[in-house]
Amino acid sequence: MSEPLLEVKDLSVSFATEDGTVRAVDGVSFGLERGKVLGIVGESGSGKSVTAMTLMGLTRGVNARFGGEVLYNGTNLLEVSDRAMQTYRGSELGMIFQDPMTSLNPVYRIGEQIVEAIRAHEKIGKAAARRRAIELLHQVGIPNPESRVDNFPHEFSGGMRQRAMIAIALSCNPSILIADEPTTALDVTIQAQIVDLISTLKDEFQSSVIFITHDLGVIAEIADEILVMYAGRVVEQGTKRDIFYDPQMPYTWGLLGSIPRLDRPRVKRLHTIKGMPPSLINPPEGCRFRPRCPHAFEKCAEEPVLESRVDAPGHLDRCWLTVDEKRARRDATISPTTEAA
Amino acid sequence: MVAFLIRRVVGMVLVLIAVSFITYLIFIKIPGGDPAQRLAGRTATHANIESIRIKLGLNHPFIVQWFDMVKSLLSGTLVSYFNGGTNVVDQIKQGLPATFSLCLGAGIIWLFFGILVGVISAASAGRFSDRAITALALIGISLPVVWLGLVLRYLFAEGGWISSFPDGGYYPFTQNPWEWATHLILPWITLAVLFIGFYGRVLRSNILDTINEDFVRTAKAKGLSPRRIMTKHVLRASLIPIVTLFGLDFAAVLGGGAIITETVYSLQGVGYYAYQSIQAQDLPALMGVTLYGAAFIVVFSVLVDIAYAYLDPRIRLT
Repeated sequence: MSEPLLEVKDLSVSFATEDGTVRAVDGVSFGLERGKVLGIVGESGSGKSVTAMTLMGLTRGVNARFGGEVLYNGTNLLEVSDRAMQTYRGSELGMIFQDPMTSLNPVYRIGEQIVEAIRAHEKIGKAAARRRAIELLHQVGIPNPESRVDNFPHEFSGGMRQRAMIAIALSCNPSILIADEPTTALDVTIQAQIVDLISTLKDEFQSSVIFITHDLGVIAEIADEILVMYAGRVVEQGTKRDIFYDPQMPYTWGLLGSIPRLDRPRVKRLHTIKGMPPSLINPPEGCRFRPRCPHAFEKCAEEPVLESRVDAPGHLDRCWLTVDEKRARRDATISPTTEAA
Repeated sequence: MVAFLIRRVVGMVLVLIAVSFITYLIFIKIPGGDPAQRLAGRTATHANIESIRIKLGLNHPFIVQWFDMVKSLLSGTLVSYFNGGTNVVDQIKQGLPATFSLCLGAGIIWLFFGILVGVISAASAGRFSDRAITALALIGISLPVVWLGLVLRYLFAEGGWISSFPDGGYYPFTQNPWEWATHLILPWITLAVLFIGFYGRVLRSNILDTINEDFVRTAKAKGLSPRRIMTKHVLRASLIPIVTLFGLDFAAVLGGGAIITETVYSLQGVGYYAYQSIQAQDLPALMGVTLYGAAFIVVFSVLVDIAYAYLDPRIRLT
């Protein structure tokens, strides 16, 4: 195993609000190797976006408190100055966001917005930067980039805008591309194109990718490693194979069960995880998924640690059930065979 | 663009016709407004009043009276009822240098300081400087112009504290620019204070809204400096509503809306002329200043729309 490019150790992020302290991210650790894709999945409010924004330094503010370490090439990004963080953003870490309709500034041309990103980090003339912008638009699959470079965002479709966002994020050849739900706001056909594009470009640009989504179908296409997050914590972690073929955590079963499947008998209603994600001001004691978990028992009042419970190294979970119990029970949730399920 | 301009010019003409008509209607209908009776004096006979009425054309039907008045105003021959029947257009022209000098200076001051105040208080939102600026802005908005004008005049021109400035009046720029400026500094400040407070408050809340926009987060993620994010991305979007406000406010004061400031400092501008005409209930003069002011408002509202299309490429002029 090579030295990871990015290593997050016991990261916690909390925000002081009027209602109390929100512990948005609580003890998250993971590593990202060069050229790999890490998928982070979870519901809204599970802390996946806050984790990503914290890597970029975008959650810094007067009411934010950080714990743990974010080591990038050995530097703890949580401790560098705002000014130094500015040089990492864009050049070492690029980010694309959920809503391409609002993520581009409506009053500047697409080309200007790419050129601005390039010239923030490189001493390069306007004409040269513009040629780079056209080349980037070509790489992300915008037809006629020579004329499209002078369009305004409102002259682009949603998918094209997300392509332009990718061009901006990759403009300075970052080592890590963070994609925060990049396909959520797009049509299904466009989603697939964007996922393909990211996975092609990551090889072309030799970048690692952190791909955040609530869509396990998307993750299955692109990720090498997967983190499943719930209520600010990692509840299961493993390779794509581990998570899809041997899921250990009832929450992961619930996510897997809520995907419509063509390869299984049809069910009347898709599985849903009952209830709402908990408040992060006063999270439940013990296992945080306990209040919504149909398999909870007495022991769950005690907090399960994230550790390896199966014989695959690197496959970690937080659930007290024995491995045999889990393997016996999970199919009822993931792939119910009767319509009554 | 051409179609837009043609449509707007036609609209402007219609608005001005309506304004002149309503002005006339209001004047005729208000009680105690019969100019013939007032011109004739306390001891006039009925025949006396009637002859004056015929002389002024007040015996014609309403529509004809209105039409004649607008026609003579446009041809520059309209004379006022009182003050010896001076030419209305000439009177307005005489007021222009003072009014334009007052408004240009005050407009520059209030726009500059309004933006400065808004940016500083938004940048330090929640901290002491923001609270202090907010309090000052509210005081500025609340100060009555009459009071502020008189107090400044007392403190800085009449020896209340220091007599550094001349005490009212207008000095033509062409004769002595230095005297022109010193005569105008107090009126500029008086007129600008209200707008500075108001613009600062509006801009502050616009900036704080814009800062949470997704495209600002994108700008941060690109690694731009905070200064560049503020000037290029946040301020540009936040200034669009300020452009509307400024266009219409500036048009209003240019159009004779700075009545109080002009009166307090005895600047013989259009606002002062309007004030006199209102006091005398002098219909031709009132019609002149009303249409003059309305013309500024309609022209500037077109300019504001053109500026909008320039500032936001999504807006097309149609």
